[in-house]
Amino acid sequence: MMATNRGLLGSYRVLDLTNENGYLCGEILAEMGADVIKIENPRGDSGRKIGPFYQQIPDREKSLYWFAYNLNKRGITLDIETEDGRQILSRLIKKADFLIESFHTGYLDSLGLSFDKIHEINPKIVMTSITPFGQTGPYKDYKGSDLVVMAMSGLMYITGDPDKAPLRISFPQAFLLASAHAAASSMIAHYYRESSGEGQHVDVSAQECVLWELANGIPLWQLNRIILKRAGSFLSGRWSDAKQRLLWQCKDGYVSFYILGGPSGIKTNIAIVKWMEEKGAAPEYLKKFNWNTLDMSKQTQEMQDRLEKPIGEFFMKFTKAELYAESAKRGIMLYPVCNAKDIQENTQLKARDYWVNVSHPELSTSITYPGVFARLSETPLTISRRAPLIGEHNLDIYEGEFGFSKSELGVLHQSGVI
Amino acid sequence: MDKKVFEGIKVLDFGWVIAGPLTLKYLADYGATVICLESTQHPDLLRTSAPFKENIPEVDNSGYFAYLAGNKYSITVDLKQCRGFEIAKKLVAWADVVADSHRPGVLESWGLDYEALKKINPSVILIRNSNQGQTGPAAQQPGLGNHINGLAGIVNMVGWPHQEPISMQVAYSDYVVPHFAAAVLIGALDYRRKTGKGQMLDISQLEVGLNLFSPNLIKYPGSKVDESLKGNSCDYAAPHGIFRCKGNDRWCAISVFTDEEWHDFCMAIGQPDLIKDAKFATVINRKNHENQLNELIEKWTSQYEPEEVMRLLQQAGVAAGIVENTKDLNEDTQLKERECFWTGEHPKLGRFSYLGQPSRLSKTPAMLYRNAPCLGEHTEYVCRELLGMSQDEFDACLMEGAFI
Repeated sequence: MMATNRGLLGSYRVLDLTNENGYLCGEILAEMGADVIKIENPRGDSGRKIGPFYQQIPDREKSLYWFAYNLNKRGITLDIETEDGRQILSRLIKKADFLIESFHTGYLDSLGLSFDKIHEINPKIVMTSITPFGQTGPYKDYKGSDLVVMAMSGLMYITGDPDKAPLRISFPQAFLLASAHAAASSMIAHYYRESSGEGQHVDVSAQECVLWELANGIPLWQLNRIILKRAGSFLSGRWSDAKQRLLWQCKDGYVSFYILGGPSGIKTNIAIVKWMEEKGAAPEYLKKFNWNTLDMSKQTQEMQDRLEKPIGEFFMKFTKAELYAESAKRGIMLYPVCNAKDIQENTQLKARDYWVNVSHPELSTSITYPGVFARLSETPLTISRRAPLIGEHNLDIYEGEFGFSKSELGVLHQSGVI
Repeated sequence: MDKKVFEGIKVLDFGWVIAGPLTLKYLADYGATVICLESTQHPDLLRTSAPFKENIPEVDNSGYFAYLAGNKYSITVDLKQCRGFEIAKKLVAWADVVADSHRPGVLESWGLDYEALKKINPSVILIRNSNQGQTGPAAQQPGLGNHINGLAGIVNMVGWPHQEPISMQVAYSDYVVPHFAAAVLIGALDYRRKTGKGQMLDISQLEVGLNLFSPNLIKYPGSKVDESLKGNSCDYAAPHGIFRCKGNDRWCAISVFTDEEWHDFCMAIGQPDLIKDAKFATVINRKNHENQLNELIEKWTSQYEPEEVMRLLQQAGVAAGIVENTKDLNEDTQLKERECFWTGEHPKLGRFSYLGQPSRLSKTPAMLYRNAPCLGEHTEYVCRELLGMSQDEFDACLMEGAFI
């Protein structure tokens, strides 16, 4: 009998040794109810240096990057490069169910903390390692920043204008994707552990995680020997040589929309022309166009442009909010290109009570965060506590749980271990 | 024989396209029996999407569908036909997990909403992936991943400074959802194993997607300042960009964060004098003279192929990497050595590489157990072997058009 519902992972503990390349993995498990202990170097985790910052004040306790991806976690400091630190970590490992890390390959081995050693200390532990290219292979020791991983995963080559350099997403993504995947794969190992009693090592490659985004690109090369190229804001390589416009300008910004064939596209196409017709903005050929005969595999660029031109002119008469509202009514697949303000004001998110206010007492404020990533009817996810301050739970955990005396903690603190 | 984590787990997938089915890839690749319930009248959108073998656009020829659908089974059922509907209900009773990724309301229109499913199978787990969630005023708006890219702020975050944003070609948010969704789905399976209780999982592609930009979103209410487009630059590093190399449309990514890396970079490119150049000696100076710095670097990179640039810089401890195109990816030695793609002999496509799993689990590795299914390939197997229908019963269903 469970007295209280503590989520899916309420009775499990996670040791989170990651840096900014892995926070989100522990965050996902923490929202699922796990007791995630973020272990950081006494000098403060490297991710605390990453902006943006609260009130634009660069400070280790004001990194919004740190805030965003360490919710619900408890925080302790520990220098695992010291002998005391390693011994303490071993004791922590004994009582943990998961260990997540994102050090460069070989680092933990060099400290005598290889997976085999950790597994020996606790045979049930699931250890998850997040690195740019994985623990094996010729590139395993290569350095991989977000930019480099995005480049080597193929996503950049197909993003941007054909006549300019390949382009990345302006906010680092590679290790967020890798961390989310790491959470799912850790859960697979957890599921296995729960029946077998055996822990194992989960070796995550960020390059391979971003590769999932490549969609039809890989089979396009395999089957047709076509290399998918950059196409600006157009979709290419789908049905014919013709490209379909994805980004459309309107009065005050942009909308996402494209002309698609088949049953998925036809309703939108008919509805948009009907709307244009009502406003006297549909040229004759568009009114007469038989969408049932639109065969994207036979579409030429000239035909595509001819369909797109009047639609583009029509959109320029409206704001993105007007276009979105009317499209919703008419069942047209058209969505606004949103910025942070639009997202904050999104009525659907409000109707679903998406945003969550989290108290930051030391800043005398509360901050509004994106809410839980899934709604579960029986074991809801929760966000209840802001990210930990540096060493915030040292006393709770070292004294309260592991029985270190205040004088021992004094020694460890002064010698830089915690 | 390696152990399959999800051996015996039974999954019925009403869903289609990417986000939903790719979530179930996590189960199929680790041994679950995942059945895609399709129909010849409404085949999965990916089955009608290129690339096709020899450019012949037939449902079993799509490399797009196959690439993502390894390890799954396919049955074609007409849900509007009463025997077809009965088979769907039998599959619901058979399943541990039922998955849906249609527009909210579609399951309801079939009479197969969560309450109805529970009557058939009280401990069923129902996972519903949708664009904007099952509730709220916009729940039933139709749309695809490329549209949600706009709504979730992804489109607004790609582009060069002070220019219009650039819409990515890929349905980015579609490929984000599966990681998050699989984490809770596997958690729900474990919970069910321990308590006997099923539940419903409501997953909104928009809500999941916002997690990738959280710091910007929590910054906005206080600052009223939106993050700007950065091209390939980074606020606190230079050089940090994509540089043209020798060859046609060949490029290399280079990112230098610390003074030490800058030193190593200058040595690696054979220009030790640069270290002493005050314009580039500190990160602030490198940022202030970034354009000049980039031009200077491109002069060097353009003499070499990207493979050579990557090799030289990585040997010196500088993060650098080829901007790989899809041909490069198919030939990437790292990906090959890690068997990132799984090779199978597909009945229509021939020798074919499937998308694998980005992790290696030391005790229970994922692998390709079976080729992506042809449309309806397993209809008889599922009915006869999994549901235990008699041959007569199956033939009667066939005669009455239950399997179209």
